[in-house]
Amino acid sequence: MTPALEIRGLKKTYKNGFEALKGIDLEVAPGSFFALLGPNGAGKSTTIGIITSLINKTAGTVKVFGHDLDTDLQAVKRSIGLVPQEFNFNNFEPIGEIVVNQAGYYGIPRREAWERCEHYLKELGLWEKRKDMARTLSGGMKRRLMIARALVHEPRLLILDEPTAGVDIELRRSMWDFLTRINTDGRSIILTTHYLEEAETLCRNIAIIDDGAIIENTTMKQLLAKLETETMVLDLSEPPPGIPEDSPIALRQVDEMTLEADIRSGQHLNDLFRVLDQAGIRVQSMRNKANRLEELFIRMTRPGQSPSHLTPGAGGTSEQPENQA
Amino acid sequence: MSASHLRDYWTAFRTIVSKEVLRFARIWVQTVLPPVITTALYFIIFGGLIGERIGDMEGYRYMDFIVPGLIMLAVITNSYANVVSSFFGSKFQRHIEELLVSPIPNSVIILGFVFGGVARGLAVGVAVLLVSLFFSPLSIHNPGVMLIIVLMTSILFALAGLINGVFARTFDDIAIVPTFILTPLTYLGGVFYSISLLPEFWQGVSMLNPILYMVDAFRYGSLGHSDFPIAMSFAIIAGFIAVMYGIALVLLNRGVGIRS
Repeated sequence: MTPALEIRGLKKTYKNGFEALKGIDLEVAPGSFFALLGPNGAGKSTTIGIITSLINKTAGTVKVFGHDLDTDLQAVKRSIGLVPQEFNFNNFEPIGEIVVNQAGYYGIPRREAWERCEHYLKELGLWEKRKDMARTLSGGMKRRLMIARALVHEPRLLILDEPTAGVDIELRRSMWDFLTRINTDGRSIILTTHYLEEAETLCRNIAIIDDGAIIENTTMKQLLAKLETETMVLDLSEPPPGIPEDSPIALRQVDEMTLEADIRSGQHLNDLFRVLDQAGIRVQSMRNKANRLEELFIRMTRPGQSPSHLTPGAGGTSEQPENQA
Repeated sequence: MSASHLRDYWTAFRTIVSKEVLRFARIWVQTVLPPVITTALYFIIFGGLIGERIGDMEGYRYMDFIVPGLIMLAVITNSYANVVSSFFGSKFQRHIEELLVSPIPNSVIILGFVFGGVARGLAVGVAVLLVSLFFSPLSIHNPGVMLIIVLMTSILFALAGLINGVFARTFDDIAIVPTFILTPLTYLGGVFYSISLLPEFWQGVSMLNPILYMVDAFRYGSLGHSDFPIAMSFAIIAGFIAVMYGIALVLLNRGVGIRS
C-alpha cells in the first residue's frame, strides 16, 4: 500500500549554516495516527514546513500518497491539510469567510465551500460564530478554526503542529475525540505535540526526532515496551503495617499514606497486588509516577537526565503552559 | 492544462479578488474616502484658487487640464497601496501561508492580488471622477483609450506594489517606495503641467518617467491633447507591465520573502 508520507534523505541547511535536518528517513502508513515528537529545535516544524512546501528543502525526496513534492507539487498540496503551530489567519476576517476562501484556493465553488464550512464549523462548535471576526475568538476557538480550515478541502493527510497548545483540558479532550473520529474514518494524521500524554493517547505510531535526525521510529506499543522500570504511586487508605524488605518488587514509603513501587520489565501488576496483599497493605488508588512516554522521551533525547529535571510538571499531568511553543 | 485545472484556477482567482475587494471595502473610510478628500482639496486649491490665476494650459482651462492627471494620481497610488499593504499584511500575519499551501500557481496568486489592486484603483478613480464633476464638465474624447490606459496603469502599479510587498520586512518598507519614488514621479509626471513648459533638458529627463506617458495618454482620452504619440505610451506601459510581471513571478517562484 502506498505510504501516506515517504521521506528519504531529507536535509535542510538554512542560509546561516544551521543544519536543521541531517538526512532523515520517515514513512507514515496510510490511515495511521502518527506522532512526530522532539524537543524544541529538533527539526519537527522544519520537516512539516518542507512537506507543506512552506520551506524549501536542501536535499532528499518527499512523497505524499506517492506524489513527489518535486514533480507533482499540486497533487501533494491537494493531499495535505495543515494546522500550523502559530495562528496564521487574517484576524480581521469573519471566520466563515476564512474557511470558505481556503476552499476557494483549492478550486471548490463557493456554494459547495459554504456547505463544507458549515459541516466542519458545526463539528467543531464554531458555526454560530461564523460571522464573527477571527480576532474576537478565544485561543481554543482559533485552534479549532484552523482545524476546520485545514479540512475544508478534504485532505487525505492532516498534519497538526501542536494543535492543543494553550487549550484547556475539556476542550483538548473534545479535540482528541474529533481527531480520533476523523482518523477512524480513514484520514491519516501526523501530530506533533509537547503533551506526551496526548501522543500516547492518540497515536499508534511514533517517530522521535532530535538534533535533525530520527532517533526512533516504531509503534507506540513497541516503544513503551522499552521502558525498563515503571514507578507506580500508591495512595493508601490506612498507614501500612510494615514494608516487606525481601519483596520481588521494590517498595518504598514516601510519607505515612503513600508508597512507591518499581515494576521492572517482565514483572506484572499482579505481582505487585500479591505483594501488597501478603503485607496487608490497603491501597485506595494507584497511578504512574511519570507519563511513560515522557520517561522514554527524556531518556532518548536527553540521556542522563530525569524528566523532573526538564519538565517541572512531569507526573502524568502534562498540562503546564511552559510547554507551549 | 486540463479544463478542470482551469476551472479550479478561475475559482481561486475569483476568491483572491473578492477577498481583496472585501478587504478594502470593509475599511472604505481608510481606503476610498481619504484619496477622494485629498483630490477634492487639489481641485479646490490648485484648480480653483491658484488655477484661476494660472490661466489656460495647452489651450484648456487649468482646472480641466489637471482633472485627468489627478484621476490618474489617485488610480496609481491606490492600486499600489492596496497590493503592497495587503501582501505585506498577509506576510506579517502569516496568512500568506493559506495561499502557499494550496495548489494555486504563483501566476494566479499574482493576478488575484493585482486585480484586487485594480479594483481599488478603479473604485477610487471613479469616485474622484465624480468629485471632479463639481469643478469641471465631463470630458471624454476617446473612452476606449481612457479605459485601457487606466486599466494598464493600475495593473502596472499593482504589480509594483506586489514586488514592494515581497521585499518589505517592516511597515516602514512599504512606505519608502511610495514616499521617495512614487510620489515624486507622479508629481513630476505632468499631472499639474504640460511637459512643454519645461526647459529642453528637463523635458528629456522627464521622458524617462513612465508616469508621464500614462498621464499624457489618459489626458488624450479625456481632452484629446497629448504630448506623445498614444501608440508609444501604450507600448511603454505594456513593456513595463511585462517586466514587472516577470519580476514578480520569478520572486514568488523563488519564494523570496515568503519561504525559508
